[in-house]
Amino acid sequence: MNRMKIMTVLLAAVMLLAKPCGAAAAEVAPATGTDTAAVAEEKAVDISGMIFDHIGDAYEWHLWTTASGKHITIPLPVIVHSSTTGWHCFMSSDFHHGPVDGLFIAPEGQPNEGKIVELQADGSITKPFDISLTKNVVALMVSSLLLIFLILKTASWYRRHDPEKETPTGIAAVMEPFIMMVNDSIIKESVGPEYKKYSPFLLTIFFFIFLNNLMGLVPFFPGGANVTGNIAVTMVLALCTFIAVNVFGNRHYWKEILWPDVPVWLKFPIPIMQAIELFGIFTKPFSLMVRLFANILAGHAMILGLVSVIFITAKLGPVINGSMTLVTMLFGVFMNCLELLVAFIQAYVFTMLSSVFIGMSRPKEE
Amino acid sequence: MSLMTPDGGLLFWMTIIFLIVFFILAKFGFPVITGMVEKRRDKIANAMKLAQEAEDKFAHLAVEQDKLIQKTQEEREKMLSEAAAMREELIAKASEEAQAEAKKIMENASKAIQAEKEEAMRELRQEVVTFSMEVAEKILKKELSDPEASKAFIGKTLEDVSKLEKRN
Repeated sequence: MNRMKIMTVLLAAVMLLAKPCGAAAAEVAPATGTDTAAVAEEKAVDISGMIFDHIGDAYEWHLWTTASGKHITIPLPVIVHSSTTGWHCFMSSDFHHGPVDGLFIAPEGQPNEGKIVELQADGSITKPFDISLTKNVVALMVSSLLLIFLILKTASWYRRHDPEKETPTGIAAVMEPFIMMVNDSIIKESVGPEYKKYSPFLLTIFFFIFLNNLMGLVPFFPGGANVTGNIAVTMVLALCTFIAVNVFGNRHYWKEILWPDVPVWLKFPIPIMQAIELFGIFTKPFSLMVRLFANILAGHAMILGLVSVIFITAKLGPVINGSMTLVTMLFGVFMNCLELLVAFIQAYVFTMLSSVFIGMSRPKEE
Repeated sequence: MSLMTPDGGLLFWMTIIFLIVFFILAKFGFPVITGMVEKRRDKIANAMKLAQEAEDKFAHLAVEQDKLIQKTQEEREKMLSEAAAMREELIAKASEEAQAEAKKIMENASKAIQAEKEEAMRELRQEVVTFSMEVAEKILKKELSDPEASKAFIGKTLEDVSKLEKRN
């Protein structure tokens, strides 16, 4: 029964992982469209650049571009430690007037493209230790504050009221079924009898991913940042699961890895099974990391690609542009609905797989 | 490709932010909510169990009550029938007694009447005897010398007369 469930989960995981391939194809289409447009038009629309600007990280938060081509942005603090000149702390808007203390953003085509680099006295370019509050960091902070607010507000309802006598009202009425759904149908089901110990961690994982996914779908400030579609973010999340699984795994879990229940020739003298199992320890969180990252990235890229169609066809006359805009709008609505679903599914899958891995790390005595 | 290489600065901030969020929510957020909801669930489960027990008890009680009512009715009927029987008996006894008393009174009365009658008869006889004797004496004073012999003779004659009367 349990094996069956794991198989289903893994199958679902493979299918979800397969999705970015289609997304990548969709991403290519507007890019090639840009190339042909670039040939045809003097001032082409840089679709690929626009998409990568949106899904990538930046030192400033771009809000919109005015008709005259002026970029309206929110400057963000740059915090950099140079090995030669020490700490630097300034607003990213200072870059508009050229390099600051030898620091500048590496232009296109150079190593560390888009990142802050430092021009050393000897003419070499090095990358300083960079903990700037970039767009993604600020977006993370905003959604984290929102998450903390939401959950603590819900928790405070329970502190102020007697839940045995009253039914939840306001925010607690919205959050309670949601939290309990995750708690009961994902965590309790997958982790097993010891779920209470892991429940806060897994609930945090779920709501953190879900809220960031949703914020990413909001097209204007403070949403729109591609937070959960950034591999650094998903890496930290996957690392947390890795720690939860391997640090708190019991000795039966380690026995299963180091001396599994298979014919002896498979584990001695050449430790084939051990090698596979040890490899599995790392592939599990790696798959978690890549799945979330790729799905959200692909979603962002697809929606942006669709919107780009409007701008690509702008030069092709009002009839084509108008009809393409209509089609694009319809597809855009569909894609956004799909991404809403994906936002939930990815949070669900990440939490469920983490729960399953944790559950497998605490097998009962046989 | 820059998308596939995790950025150090973002890793740094993400770790800090996530850990802060995790510690805040794991300490003050989720356990409070899940704990309270679990508590409420326990309470509801408990209340439902109690309700079930109460229902069972109530059903049991109803059966008991029915039994009690039936028993009471039976008792009442029994008591009523007993009372009726007792009444009958009492009446019967009373009437019997009354009859016996009446009979006794009647017997006494007839005895008394008989005695009175006999007394009256005797007195009358005495009277008659005395009267006859006086008559006979007056008559026989002249004819009989021995008054005793004449008295016996007259008595015997009168007895015969009275026997004759009784026969009639």
